[in-house]
Amino acid sequence: MEIKGRVWKFGSDVDTDAIIPARYLTTSDPYELAKHCMEDADPAFPMKVKPGDILVAGKNFGCGSSREHAPIAIKAAGVSCVIAGTFARIFYRNSFNIGLPIFESPQAAEGISEGNEVVVDVDNGTITDLTTGKIYEVSPVPAFMRQIIAAGGLINYVSERMNKK
Amino acid sequence: MPMTITEKILAAHSGRERVTPGELINARVDLALGNDITAPVAIREFEKIGAPGVFDRERIALVPDHFVPNKDIKSAEQARVLKTFSAKHGLTNYFEVGRMGIEHCLLPEQGLVGPGHLVIGADSHTCTYGALGAFSTGVGSTDLAAAMATGEVWLKVPESIRFVFDGELKPWVGGKDLILHTIGDIGVDGALYQAMEFTGPAIESLSMDGRFTMCNMAVEAGAKSGIIAPDEITRAYVEGRCRRPYQFYYSDPGAKYAKVYHYDVSLIEPQVCFPHLPENSRPVSEAGNVEIDQSVIGSCTNGRIDDLREAAKVLKGRKVHHKVRLIIFPGTQGIYLQALREGLIETFIVAGGAVSTPTCGPCLGGHMGILAEGERAIATTNRNFVGRMGHPESEVYLSGPAVAAASAVMGRIAGPWEVV
Repeated sequence: MEIKGRVWKFGSDVDTDAIIPARYLTTSDPYELAKHCMEDADPAFPMKVKPGDILVAGKNFGCGSSREHAPIAIKAAGVSCVIAGTFARIFYRNSFNIGLPIFESPQAAEGISEGNEVVVDVDNGTITDLTTGKIYEVSPVPAFMRQIIAAGGLINYVSERMNKK
Repeated sequence: MPMTITEKILAAHSGRERVTPGELINARVDLALGNDITAPVAIREFEKIGAPGVFDRERIALVPDHFVPNKDIKSAEQARVLKTFSAKHGLTNYFEVGRMGIEHCLLPEQGLVGPGHLVIGADSHTCTYGALGAFSTGVGSTDLAAAMATGEVWLKVPESIRFVFDGELKPWVGGKDLILHTIGDIGVDGALYQAMEFTGPAIESLSMDGRFTMCNMAVEAGAKSGIIAPDEITRAYVEGRCRRPYQFYYSDPGAKYAKVYHYDVSLIEPQVCFPHLPENSRPVSEAGNVEIDQSVIGSCTNGRIDDLREAAKVLKGRKVHHKVRLIIFPGTQGIYLQALREGLIETFIVAGGAVSTPTCGPCLGGHMGILAEGERAIATTNRNFVGRMGHPESEVYLSGPAVAAASAVMGRIAGPWEVV
């Protein structure tokens, strides 16, 4: 599988309050949340982002709250995947659980610039910056988590297992 | 092979002799927690699983605490989802307004968490219960949904970092100052994916409330969990209170740590943490002249009785600065009542402070203390991110209760020694 898109670049330690401020958490409707995605990091972002775009950020992306509304807002905004140096752990597991593709690569996070076109080869674990021609490696995903992805998220995974019993 | 306390609890809950860091395990949960922001999403996902019911109606806690008492119609609808679900499944641990508290103050107080337990909660500050010698960690709503159905959670066994605190605490220094100093040292991702194990004589001398504060903020260093080995102080807290069997675990001598940090607490002063990350801590004496509009004392970090006593010591017989709003919110109804009986509430009101029913409201910019553009608050809460307490152009400074109380009196960030 390949994911291709145009890059929006953010810095390090982007917190979940910046991704989706708590003042909007009186709803969990994905499309309502998407209207305010990344608003406190870049107020124009919800207007600028186009379906298929890719977020690239530095270290510790998604730190702070456990709110699943954060990856939900990003996914519903049409973002195809997030590449970061590292992810905060709750955001990391939430993204796998809800089926938002995320990729850890400190080198890609550093090297890719805003506006570049990149393509992620999910199966081979590489990120290619089509604008510069540079290729980066993605940190491998544990086998168990690949099963969650293959099932289409944690709910499907659990549901399949419960129905087998 | 020697193991850490964290590894022992995880092994015991996954039916293994031993576990090693990096391993993925399926673990049994003793308690699963959700609140009025995260549980509605979890309940929606739970329905999709098609499970016949919840795994155990006594081991799920649903606590509406973030936007309650309901701040508007939409938050009322969200809170009602919890109430309806709890009634439908006969959950024994649903806590209504008037009988509730901020989840991480409430669950230990109600005896729902004990040493050696494994707790997950759809709230990042679930790591608080490590103070009891439990493994507890924050997860998302989908994880909570899966746990409500199966009673299990998938976890990667974390590496542990050991923090050794030696020496004697200075006056006005408490758990909050130790953890702010520590996060300032290691950074907001200094313990990413890892377990922070707090040890040493200074930790052993901390009250339960101080220990809860320290473990509460482990997540602000990126940690999966914070933990303190149980001792006589823990035993005194859980005996006669904890409703389920519990077990004391200890790290073995020779257990493996990714890193070991040493601190001499006699060198640590009361801390204040500048915007906009919890790693920007420095001694209050080096804060400079920072005027404030609001002081907030409470939250899952510092809303316990020891915290209120500390604030009252500073505020007794004094007045809040005429330019400052002081808002105090006890962590639970039980703590509120205790504070009332001890005369602390009267001290706060006579000083010119507002006392609120328990809620997470102001801490996350929900309600009950929102900041306007350009306003500045000092708060005993846990996060000072951009826009955390209101307008994106407002500022939050973090501290312990004594500094927040002294700052309320002085109208600027101040040490308690300037007031008392």
